[in-house]
Amino acid sequence: MEDVGSLAARVAAVWLALVLALIVVPSALGVSLGISEAYMRLLVRTLEWATIRIEKGVKKAQPQMLKTPVANGIIERDETTMEKEIAGLHRVDFEFSDIFYFCRKGFEAIVEDEVTQRFSSEELVSWNLLTRTNVNFHYISLRLTIVWVIGVVVRYCFLLPLRFTLAAIGITSMIVGTTMVGQLPNSNVKSYLSELVHLTCSRILVRALSGTIHYHNKENKPQKGGICVANHTSPIDAIILTNDGCYAMVGQVHGGLMGVIQRATVKACPHVWFERSEVKDRHLVTKRLREHVADKSKLPILIFPEGTCINNTSVMMFKKGSFEIGGTIYPVAIKYDPQFGDAFWNSSKYNIVSYLLRIMTSWAIVCNVWYMPPMVRKEGEDAVQFANRVRSAIARQGGLTELPWDGGLKRAKVKDTFKEEQQKNYSKMLANLGNTVFVMELSKSASVPGCNGCEVG
Amino acid sequence: MDMLICVFCFVFFPPPVSHSQITRLYSRFTSLDKGENGTLSREDFQRIPELAINPLGDRIINAFFPEGEDQVNFRGFMRTLAHFRPIEDNEKSKDQNGPEPLNSRSNKLHFAFRLYDLDKDDKISRDELLQVLRMMVGVNISDEQLGSIADRTIQEADQDGDSAISFAEFVKVLEKVDVEQKMSIRFLH
Repeated sequence: MEDVGSLAARVAAVWLALVLALIVVPSALGVSLGISEAYMRLLVRTLEWATIRIEKGVKKAQPQMLKTPVANGIIERDETTMEKEIAGLHRVDFEFSDIFYFCRKGFEAIVEDEVTQRFSSEELVSWNLLTRTNVNFHYISLRLTIVWVIGVVVRYCFLLPLRFTLAAIGITSMIVGTTMVGQLPNSNVKSYLSELVHLTCSRILVRALSGTIHYHNKENKPQKGGICVANHTSPIDAIILTNDGCYAMVGQVHGGLMGVIQRATVKACPHVWFERSEVKDRHLVTKRLREHVADKSKLPILIFPEGTCINNTSVMMFKKGSFEIGGTIYPVAIKYDPQFGDAFWNSSKYNIVSYLLRIMTSWAIVCNVWYMPPMVRKEGEDAVQFANRVRSAIARQGGLTELPWDGGLKRAKVKDTFKEEQQKNYSKMLANLGNTVFVMELSKSASVPGCNGCEVG
Repeated sequence: MDMLICVFCFVFFPPPVSHSQITRLYSRFTSLDKGENGTLSREDFQRIPELAINPLGDRIINAFFPEGEDQVNFRGFMRTLAHFRPIEDNEKSKDQNGPEPLNSRSNKLHFAFRLYDLDKDDKISRDELLQVLRMMVGVNISDEQLGSIADRTIQEADQDGDSAISFAEFVKVLEKVDVEQKMSIRFLH
């Protein structure tokens, strides 16, 4: 018994020493030993091989299938506008066939709609040897299955413990480090040390996810006194960004481990944590953020204006609150490569622990981060238009689609104002085509164009 | 489950509908089914934002639910969707003795007729027409003006003078309209 115990202890000690020497120390120093690069190369080669095999297998099974590019949708949506379709052939105001337009739009939405698909993981074009993404793919060959089994063993028995160890080391050193730095009086030394601690721990945590991040346009990196704005896919977005610079985080105070981390870090660095009650008070939030931004010596704030996690195929409505604070906005686009691992957190399906487990058993997290040139609010532009302008820029850079829908639709019902808008448009058409002159009663709750249900920032 | 779906669906979606299309629709069905009990309720449909803002949204949702029921299973889901399949050319000359496919021109028109005819008496009365009109225009047009639109529409289509539209009169009014194209959804691969 003792032999087994002491043997286990020895193995654990050797394991820990290896991890420290080969991973933690180099990442803390910002040096790379090339191990993760080699792993990624091997991974890319394996996945390419798997893709070719799957394609061959599919072709063999269904030789008559045309080699069309696999579209990611079920149906081809008809983009004819209401005006063109209904007014096009009209002689008079109303025709029985008017309902066909609404009918078809309704059925298209039932089969495939733009919004609800953003709240679940993106479908892959070709399988990446993870069971969780195996939606439409079937058994192809023995060799592929063997590779998949090896993959499972590697991921769960080797990578998972390794990543877990690293994450534990990273989080502990973050808490300990920031608490220690927090004891110092405010000075340049303190800021320098706090940045060092944050950067080091971020690097360790990124290694814990086998993250490969490519930063583009580093000359546009957010400066002090600015606001950094990015699209939101998962909680690890923050770690991805702090890996390359220091930010002041904004968020709600949580309980548990997260709360401990928050309390420790705020001593070292002026993060902005709000109590649950304060979050409701919009003016208080804006006031505090404004004060932070006004102080040019403080780190740039990091905000995710979508307010919720979206699946990284599109950018949804930005809440205007962040754009009312003033100051310079530094937009950042983050695009994950879904082939290596799905970073999206579907919070209605998975809680944070199972989410982290899934992340740690993926192949890797690969993403591209683009820093974009700073933007300021133009003369005569209101917060909503400014928010939309920034959103378009981010969507264009990251290759994401832009949707005028609110991310809050994940849980909430859509506002009636949208339906009223459609009704108004149809009524206008009837009025234009009718022989008699109509007097239109304007809807009492007229929606402001461009507002689209904006919420508190 | 896969086999079962295929059996049911080849009844309503005769080949060349691909296996993958049916699988995708099943996967869509399950993603809408938040209660995970194999059936959809009206709330599940209303969670689709683009459908919730459609002025005829409620009527369209009702079309999925047979008389008096609150749940629709996958078979019922596909049955209703089948009305919107495009009419393929090679099907037009298929056997005339078999039952008419759900996506024939006549059945598509029948589906549209049922959207108007709430009480299912095979006639669209002035009131039923007014109801649909009111759904589509909201609060933007007054009762009198809407009434005159309804009267004019019925007068033009009514041939037997009963101030209501029967299915035959409905078909006659729409004989020049390309129903096949307007009431069809194009499926990819």
